[in-house]
Amino acid sequence: MAEPFVIETRGEVLDLQAEPMRINIGPSHPATHATLRFHATLDGETILDLVPEFGYLHRCFEKESENATWTQVIPYTDRLNYVSPLMNNVGYAMAVEKLCGIEVPERCQYIRVIISEISRIIDHMVCIGTNMVDLGALTNFWYFWKPREEVYKLIEELCGQRLTTSYTRIGGAMADLPEGWTDRMLSVCRGVIPECIADVNALLTKNRIFIERTMGVGPISPKDAIALGFTGPCLRAAGVPFDLRKDQPYLVYDRFDFDIPIGEKGDTCDRYMVRMEEMRQSLRIIEQAIAGLPGGPVNVDDPRFTLPGKDQVYENIEALMNHFKFIMEGVQVPAGEVYSATEAANGELGFYIVSRGGGGPWKIKVRPPCFPLFQGIPHLVKGQMIADLVAVLGSVNIIAGELDR
Amino acid sequence: MSIVLDKLRAQFPSDVVSTHSDFGDDTALVRRERIVEILAFLRDDPDLRFDFAMDLTGVDYLGEDPRFEVVYHLYSLEKKHRVRIKVRLHEEDPVIDTAVSVWPGINWYEREAWDMYGIVFRGHPNLKRILMYEAFEGHALRKDYPKARRQPTIGPEE
Repeated sequence: MAEPFVIETRGEVLDLQAEPMRINIGPSHPATHATLRFHATLDGETILDLVPEFGYLHRCFEKESENATWTQVIPYTDRLNYVSPLMNNVGYAMAVEKLCGIEVPERCQYIRVIISEISRIIDHMVCIGTNMVDLGALTNFWYFWKPREEVYKLIEELCGQRLTTSYTRIGGAMADLPEGWTDRMLSVCRGVIPECIADVNALLTKNRIFIERTMGVGPISPKDAIALGFTGPCLRAAGVPFDLRKDQPYLVYDRFDFDIPIGEKGDTCDRYMVRMEEMRQSLRIIEQAIAGLPGGPVNVDDPRFTLPGKDQVYENIEALMNHFKFIMEGVQVPAGEVYSATEAANGELGFYIVSRGGGGPWKIKVRPPCFPLFQGIPHLVKGQMIADLVAVLGSVNIIAGELDR
Repeated sequence: MSIVLDKLRAQFPSDVVSTHSDFGDDTALVRRERIVEILAFLRDDPDLRFDFAMDLTGVDYLGEDPRFEVVYHLYSLEKKHRVRIKVRLHEEDPVIDTAVSVWPGINWYEREAWDMYGIVFRGHPNLKRILMYEAFEGHALRKDYPKARRQPTIGPEE
């Protein structure tokens, strides 16, 4: 049901002396990129009020998870933020591992850092590329799609899938890196990505049209951003240097040298700038992580969490039984509750997990970074032009997959 | 023991039911009566400064009494620490005061908890369904809501 419209003119005389116009945007509209919907109340082109609505992509992630084993939830997490699925895999696996009290081997931690950072890069590329398409700058989109394709090829090599990766496992990963993967990753990170970032930078950053369309559009103060629960690039663009990779380092992030870029005004231009710099910083992290990548196993050496090798399953009955129970009953996780957060491309991706023992979760709650960001959209655009809504929406990067779950 | 839980217990001795720090997560189970005061204290105390309401959700412990739980996850930008506040609610009276006055960003989380668990946030400015549509019957994440139950998918009324 539609929300009742509250028209606040704040005592001002309306343009054209006309009644405010109420229009519906979405849920199927090219500028929303996903199934989002707005009821806008306009005075001419000025937004008086905006009511966001969503839920069109609700897939019952949490309900389905409660009826699955711990490992079966991993494919569901791919579909949260489908632009950077590897990060969701990492976030979920870390939450369950926290509950199990296990720490994955160092090699796995490095691999998780590498795949998280490359996901952050492609996520930001999609965000900037599509944001610019909405503003009429199609070229950047193509410039960013080329490196993205190269990265997808690497992800495909890694786990057999381009989008629905399901790469991590509780206590490790599906498989070790393929032969020569790190070299190919390095050549993409050195040869393809920086060039494309430089091209887009040259096209946009000093472009008069771009600046006029983005500077001062959709600003937010640090205080408001914190009160609304913003995290990630949108919060950092407002000038708050909050990044879990620095503030509460997880995996092996404390071993790498990288910077957290922040903006000043929290407007669309700042969000773009922060994302551009974050991509460069992610490249730095990948370089360091590949340089320091240790050898050894990727899975914990613990039969409670790691599947027995196929050579053993085919050879002896204990391994076969273990394998059967593992698949049919799931990893046995102790009772308890944890909240585990990682810095995903859009902000804090949290998993609150309740276990009552056994092979499946009692409850899983995802804290999607988009949720508070989408809630804050009216705050960003009230009093601005309707065309600016499109610019702001793209720069905030709402992913309906994780928003609706 | 953690400073957060110590301060919380010292300030609200009769409202904190129990605390634990299992798995490194500071957790306090509190009574619902003074929840807004407790949350405001957590936000404003100079040693705590929980300026982020990161998450709010419900949990359905079907078969236990009280049945429902409301869980707040807070984070402090300045102190870099987290706390989890939990409140138990009875099935026949799943009502708790809204925390929108403490953190405006918690608004939609409370709507989601209402939508999914039927927990009523008293004083909420706009307590209506958020993921499901208004005509949806029941609360989907309750444990007694069958996963396979079908309802007609209808659009919003215009």
